[in-house]
Amino acid sequence: MVGTRNQQKRKIWKTALFFSPSILLLGVFFIGPMIMTVFFSFTDISLTGSSAQAMKFVGFRNFIEIFKDPKLLTVLKNTMVFLVFSGIIGQQCLGFLLASLMRGKNRLVRKFVGFTVVAGWITPEVIAAFMFSSFFADAGTLNKIIGIFGASPVSWLFTFPMACVVIANIWKGSAYSMMMFQASLDNISDDIVEAARIDGAGGLQILLRITLPMIKSTMATTFVIVTLSTLGAFGLVFAMTGGGPAIMTTTLSIFMYQKAFIAYQIGYGMAIALFILAIGILLSLVYIRLIRANDGN
Amino acid sequence: MKKKKKNLQKVIPYMVLLIIAGAFLLPLLWLVFAAFNPEASQAFAVPKYMSVENFRVILTDAKNQRGFLNSLFISVVQTGIVLVCSLLAAYPLSRYELKTGQKITMGMLFLTSIPITAVMVPVYQMFIMMKLVDSIGGTIIFLSASGLPYGIWMMKNFLDGVSVDLEEAAWIDGASAVKSVVHVVLPLMLPGLFTVAMFTFVGSWGNFFVPLILLQSTEKIPAAVNIYRFFGERGQVIYGQLAAYSIVYMLPVFVLYFFSQNYMSKGFAMTGASKG
Repeated sequence: MVGTRNQQKRKIWKTALFFSPSILLLGVFFIGPMIMTVFFSFTDISLTGSSAQAMKFVGFRNFIEIFKDPKLLTVLKNTMVFLVFSGIIGQQCLGFLLASLMRGKNRLVRKFVGFTVVAGWITPEVIAAFMFSSFFADAGTLNKIIGIFGASPVSWLFTFPMACVVIANIWKGSAYSMMMFQASLDNISDDIVEAARIDGAGGLQILLRITLPMIKSTMATTFVIVTLSTLGAFGLVFAMTGGGPAIMTTTLSIFMYQKAFIAYQIGYGMAIALFILAIGILLSLVYIRLIRANDGN
Repeated sequence: MKKKKKNLQKVIPYMVLLIIAGAFLLPLLWLVFAAFNPEASQAFAVPKYMSVENFRVILTDAKNQRGFLNSLFISVVQTGIVLVCSLLAAYPLSRYELKTGQKITMGMLFLTSIPITAVMVPVYQMFIMMKLVDSIGGTIIFLSASGLPYGIWMMKNFLDGVSVDLEEAAWIDGASAVKSVVHVVLPLMLPGLFTVAMFTFVGSWGNFFVPLILLQSTEKIPAAVNIYRFFGERGQVIYGQLAAYSIVYMLPVFVLYFFSQNYMSKGFAMTGASKG
């Protein structure tokens, strides 16, 4: 009895020892800043001027200011449009489409298509931004292509800036959904599908009655992850449009950057960060729930 | 008639796949062609004659060389720190069946999905207070911390796959925990270590936001910020050079990808969020 208790104690000590470098790093540089966000978003902290020295609590002023900001509504709308079209509809649906089309196909085709999609994922975001601002530029590839069909050039980045960043983000991020769906579809045995087919089920029926229910949990987890990464996306949009023209592509993360690092209103920036963080925490908790539920099955 | 329909049904998925692949490939092809084209424009074009002039200009520029070296230094050191810390942390999580261990594992999974964007403002504030702004060391430490949750999570999953029996045999032979890790577990963990290293390196190499905020001096910024400043703030962009720069910058991660495709899909299969 005493021995096992000692053993248990030793294990706890060892765990603590082994964990200490990680705890230190995570505590100071990750969890610390998360807590700071809450604290500083109630202050008038800024990088220049008098409040840089004497910071004081201002209650909910930053939050009230945010809600009064006439730009906020547009920024939220932009964020939602970017999230829904590039993340949920774009990456999720394209990822699923690719994964299901690739199922049971020629190995070479699978490899080739897989590579072209994964190339987006490994390409650094600044490069992806340059590639797509060139692609949509007035003298860019897209106008050249539509020119072949006799259409006159369009200023894509000025007329449809949101569509441009959405497409760029689909290109950049579809690999994750594709790979997750591929792994999940591989788990569905061909026998079930074959049996259903013999029973007379059509393609749509197989999709709705067999495939979708069986990959439900993967859909849920990728949904959360894609949402979180789209919400946090910064470099791609920033390097492509800088949030413009005007504020047409300013998402929450770019808004935060502008407030905190261009206008030097750190407190205000923190309040926006807190908002992003709150959504992040909420979705992460949902995510863990989903993972745990899956493990239970 | 029926046979024709069946053939068509077989061909359509291939056609759709190839069209999507073509669309994905097009921007990349522009980049490759433009890099070797001395007269490159923003539109896709096959060069009239090939030249490596763009590469020569980019690679002989001292600022660019510095940028690549900084990227390499930051990514390698960060990967090293993440590997050591996550291996140490994952070991007790995987081996000792403690209740707190399970909670910590879930905590790590939770942290993997918090967007780094959300903590950048407070991190900058903290770096001002700690006098760490514009310090490569500070940047590396922050990047390491942000890469740790995913590293620990992946490493724990890989360790779970390494049988405890071998290790216990080593213990019975009188080896200490550290010794058994080094001689027995580590060799079996190589694929896992490689996967964690690869994910960390790719994430670090492409990272733009963190160095944009935390580093300022021209001689300290990595390639991601350098290329943004180099081309983003100049009026007249020479597209061939931009493309050549991009190719050089992308090359390491693409080479890494080709050597580690299998490891990568393993990392993806581990769920958890991989943040770029």
